[in-house]
Amino acid sequence: MARYQQTIANHTYTFPDLKTLMAKASPEKSGDQLAGIAASSAEERIAARMVLADLPLSRFLEEPLIPYEDDEVTRLIFDTHDKSAFEPIKHLTVGGFRNWLLAYETDSESLAAIAPGLTPEMVAAVSKLMRNQDLILVAQKCRVVTAFRNTIGLPGRLSSRLQPNHPTDDLNGIAASIVDGLLYGCGDAVIGINPASDSPQATRALLEMLDELIQRYSIPTQSCVLAHATSQIRAIEEGAPLDLMFQSIAGTEAANRSFGIDLKLLAEAQAAALSLKRGTVGQNVMYFETGQGSALSANAHHGVDQQTCEARAYAVARAFKPLLVNTVVGFIGPEYLYNGQQIIRAGLEDHFCGKLLGLPMGCDVCYTNHAEADQDDMDTLLTLLGVAGCTYVMGVPGADDIMLSYQSTSFHDILYLRSALRLRPAPEFEAWLEQMQIMRQGRQLETISPQHSLVGAVSTEA
Amino acid sequence: MPDDLLSENPWQALRRFTPARIALGRAGGSLPTHEVLAFQLAHAQARDAVHLAFDTPSIVAQIEAEAWPWLEVESAASDRSTYLRRPDLGRRLAQHSVERLQAYRAAHAEEGPYDLVFVIGDGLSALAVHQHALPLLRCVIPALPTWKLAPIVIASQARVALGDQIGELLNAEQVIMLIGERPGLTAADSLGLYLTYAPRVGRNDAERNCISNVRPEGLSYKRAAHKLLYLLREARRLKLSGVDLKDDSDVVLLQDEHREM
Repeated sequence: MARYQQTIANHTYTFPDLKTLMAKASPEKSGDQLAGIAASSAEERIAARMVLADLPLSRFLEEPLIPYEDDEVTRLIFDTHDKSAFEPIKHLTVGGFRNWLLAYETDSESLAAIAPGLTPEMVAAVSKLMRNQDLILVAQKCRVVTAFRNTIGLPGRLSSRLQPNHPTDDLNGIAASIVDGLLYGCGDAVIGINPASDSPQATRALLEMLDELIQRYSIPTQSCVLAHATSQIRAIEEGAPLDLMFQSIAGTEAANRSFGIDLKLLAEAQAAALSLKRGTVGQNVMYFETGQGSALSANAHHGVDQQTCEARAYAVARAFKPLLVNTVVGFIGPEYLYNGQQIIRAGLEDHFCGKLLGLPMGCDVCYTNHAEADQDDMDTLLTLLGVAGCTYVMGVPGADDIMLSYQSTSFHDILYLRSALRLRPAPEFEAWLEQMQIMRQGRQLETISPQHSLVGAVSTEA
Repeated sequence: MPDDLLSENPWQALRRFTPARIALGRAGGSLPTHEVLAFQLAHAQARDAVHLAFDTPSIVAQIEAEAWPWLEVESAASDRSTYLRRPDLGRRLAQHSVERLQAYRAAHAEEGPYDLVFVIGDGLSALAVHQHALPLLRCVIPALPTWKLAPIVIASQARVALGDQIGELLNAEQVIMLIGERPGLTAADSLGLYLTYAPRVGRNDAERNCISNVRPEGLSYKRAAHKLLYLLREARRLKLSGVDLKDDSDVVLLQDEHREM
């Protein structure tokens, strides 16, 4: 019995269940093709969208895409669904919901009010009916503000993660990249290191170095070492000064298991970070990274398309009130997002879905050397995300991550975006940049003298 | 010289601490022209490295020079383009390779189970494997005199998880996959080492330990070998690998250094 069907010019397309319909309605992605769940023709894709547009939003509360009994992420989504927040939109179809989102009357307040009433599947569904410009316009209306040692996500602001990775975790090498980034006005979202070695000892050594630097220069920002949560918990137990607790997360229980985590471990990790009480203006202590394709790559997608799996990861994230969430959109490779066009679309989808679900959504605008993409594609995505009000992007020296071997956005790219769209860093960080004579008016760099105190920061440490 | 249009960064000296692209200078807030072109050249070279063919005869010659036994297999991905789009095929052996390993096992049944099998896979950078796989093995294998080692397996169009099937077919307690990592702009020749205890088809990445960026300018052969030997012994003792096997080798190394002092 096909519940979902659409007839176009005498051909009737049928879709056996909701997850098949969602997959077929998705914009073309190599990952969904790899999974064997993508539309088999361009017309079938649009037929699926037409069915989806007429579907009541409430259908997603009746037909879980991944069974409640099998998956703790599904249980989280259903158990925390806020029926009263859903009330204002419960009569809408998915297509009607798109119109509602775009209406002049729908503002930041109404979007924030319905967020707890939205499931990730509803948000993923409506995104499949939205053009890139719709994803940008609605995301721009969302307001998500979080805080730890500064305030992230205020209107007119663009924050940046300073990502000073080094292939052997050399402390001076990392410090040199941090100084470079700070002198280019970056690092207000977090100074976050991906360690080459996932040991508790290495994690602790890096955290101590970051803490010392932040304290010595009174920088209103937070640090993070992106090791596995269990390594960070052990580092805390051994006395490490940890600001943000990081973890990669995905949208199914099985995919999270492949990362070595579950919801219980995330709760323990959050409690461990909160126990240190290191935030000054807020206590959002979690930092999550996600990315389309992670569930499939762990063979844990249950036949659900990669964009919907990604939106489900945001349901995991929002349960832990994070300071920062970002999709590492082009990192995973061409088997999931084949080229610049697919990476750009995915970046806009992820940012929109995260924001609509109430997350402080950033994006690692990036690509790898085996994908069909280049710097021009990244310029396009970066600009579109800037217009969409993206919370933060990455700052990597020269856009070249020498540890993770991929290309992200550079300090120069962030200056470009701030300049082109008149965006400023987080207010506390902006004040610090002015006081340090690094930047004026939140956008324009000062000429740095060789005697600047930060220039000498590394050699005194060596 | 149009240099009056550029702002140089007075922290050039910090470049000695890192190969990262720091102190690039700026035109307004943007990259100077020569830096834009330097980046584009590096990207072009990395793109070329991804498509470099795996020179298995040269690997075989180096292995034979050490008088180590070896076997050669292929994944189910028949060419580079298939390999890039279909990682599932790169994680599975071609049928003729399955049969080759089964035949080897049957012919050497008297050897019993192996403690360890090394697999050399091209991954995303054959360049890394050409340059670093054998120098690393020369640091590791002599340190394992009491371990019963399977022949070294050379695997073309390989992904990390291909080692699970190889380890299972050869009945090895642990597998180490030496594989070319995705080329970056600075390094197109990083070798990755992946350890899996009790390899069998279906293992997930949380059940592995990884040592990344093995190359002389990154993690040296000696340090990589030290880490790997530590993990091998710990995996054998704990009978597991992955997130529950922590790399505490830095502590051991420090203790060693103290002893030397």
